[in-house]
Amino acid sequence: MAMEWQVFCKDTLTSEVVSGCLGSGKDITYLNWIFKAWGWTVGVSLTALLIALVVGSIIGVIRTLPNSPWLVRFGNAWVELFRNIPLLVQIFLWYHVAPALIPPMKSLSPFVLVVLALGFFTSARIAEQLRAGILALPKGQRYAGMAMGFTTPQYYRYVILPMAYRIIIPPLTSESMNIFKNSAVAFAVSIPELTQFALQAGEETSRPIEVYLAVTVLYVISALVINRIMAFVEKRARVPGFVASGSGAGGH
Amino acid sequence: MKKQVLVLAALAMAAGAAVAQANDTLAKIKSSGVVNLGVRDSSGLGFTIGGGKYVGFHTEMAERIVDDLKKVTGNPNLKINYQVITSQNRIPLLQNGTIDFECGSTTNNLTRQKDVAFAVTTYVEEVRMAVKANSGIKSIKDLNGKSVATTTGTTSVQTLRKHERAGGIDFKEVMGKDHADSFLLLESGRADAFVMDGSILAANIAKSKSPKDYVIAGEVLSVEPIACMLRKDDPKMKAALDDSIKRQIKDGSLGKLYDKWFMQPIPPNNVSLNMPMSESTKAAWATPNDKPMEDYAKK
Repeated sequence: MAMEWQVFCKDTLTSEVVSGCLGSGKDITYLNWIFKAWGWTVGVSLTALLIALVVGSIIGVIRTLPNSPWLVRFGNAWVELFRNIPLLVQIFLWYHVAPALIPPMKSLSPFVLVVLALGFFTSARIAEQLRAGILALPKGQRYAGMAMGFTTPQYYRYVILPMAYRIIIPPLTSESMNIFKNSAVAFAVSIPELTQFALQAGEETSRPIEVYLAVTVLYVISALVINRIMAFVEKRARVPGFVASGSGAGGH
Repeated sequence: MKKQVLVLAALAMAAGAAVAQANDTLAKIKSSGVVNLGVRDSSGLGFTIGGGKYVGFHTEMAERIVDDLKKVTGNPNLKINYQVITSQNRIPLLQNGTIDFECGSTTNNLTRQKDVAFAVTTYVEEVRMAVKANSGIKSIKDLNGKSVATTTGTTSVQTLRKHERAGGIDFKEVMGKDHADSFLLLESGRADAFVMDGSILAANIAKSKSPKDYVIAGEVLSVEPIACMLRKDDPKMKAALDDSIKRQIKDGSLGKLYDKWFMQPIPPNNVSLNMPMSESTKAAWATPNDKPMEDYAKK
């Protein structure tokens, strides 16, 4: 099957090839459109990743707190709730069901709802990883912190978390890359991101193979950039002698 | 490494051979005794009622075409192998021989004519909009500042963009992932209008909780000839399909079929779409032709 890459230089209305490939003003080409769609994918993913890291860290920590059974139960419930419901179903719950139950949510844009859904879904996974990281540390670490006279927040901040985060950088890298791929479900609630572009432009131009190839490349680039950033973080954060210093092979 | 190159070369040759195979669908049907018919599972003109049964105006018309093919090929024992297709895969599946022809809801346009051929037009779709009956929206001009739903992967999105730019109006597009989803956007108030093929709008309204709350309003935004699709450069097959359709139009059986699927209660809910035949469909039947969508726009 012959490829026809000119399809990206076509105007989205007249289907005429535009010289220079980029349209101007309201007359956009498919190339303009795919970059705009990429912007949405990156925007949704990074915002959701931020929420996932913050919420995931909090939940992960409170699940390991000593002497706070209710906080631990809340953390457990959070994780089980958000990781046991399929992501697409969660998106629909946020988009169609939540606003019906809580009317003020109707004014929230789909972007906010998708970011919340994706962020909370991933936060459950990150919380579980952080808990694993914390539990992987020998009990003596916690006791040492307490023996120093640190309060609970202090020994988490200065003793446990710095080690735990180093341990979980590899799974965090996977999660960060996953969030880019999972952001594809956002098309279901009218976010004009890459997957929606692929479905729509593929139909309009009748060149779905070229469109899907281009979209795939952009997803790979996005995920790979995140992978390299995390590999860099992993290398810079390595402390010789720590549990998590590993074999010295950064990245994975 | 060398092995991989060999495998790749073998694959490329196999693909080349598939493309190069003789374009005589009738001979293929005759020798195999099987017609691979492409059908739709959730379109207005062809859908499934479960259990592997495919029905609808165009699906039933295609079954009658196959009856005629039995005479043309001289093989009275032709069997139909129903193959579900989607908007995304219908052209590749036709080209690689998975299906022999399809009668669903494919618009005959110039872009597609580069890859495939079409039989004579049997239904002319009019793109309209569905709104809530109490919304007061009467025309596309009333949509300024409103939200308009349509379905991802349909030509209606392009139609909408054209009207938005040409009319100097500004509205927000919300895209449902399928027709049911788009209708839900209208139902839940996230969108003020749903722009789509008339038959799909009618089907969704008929299936809704309270059909009288919705009306199909406004001007016809675009006219699209829907036709059966077959492989390009296969004049014998094209003639066989065209002759069968013309026969069905002439002896009135296609008209009866239209009445059955658009005016009478239909499965699965036993509601009637209540869609009398449009003027453009009548015109297409009066002088059967395979003009693409672009020719309709010129008028």
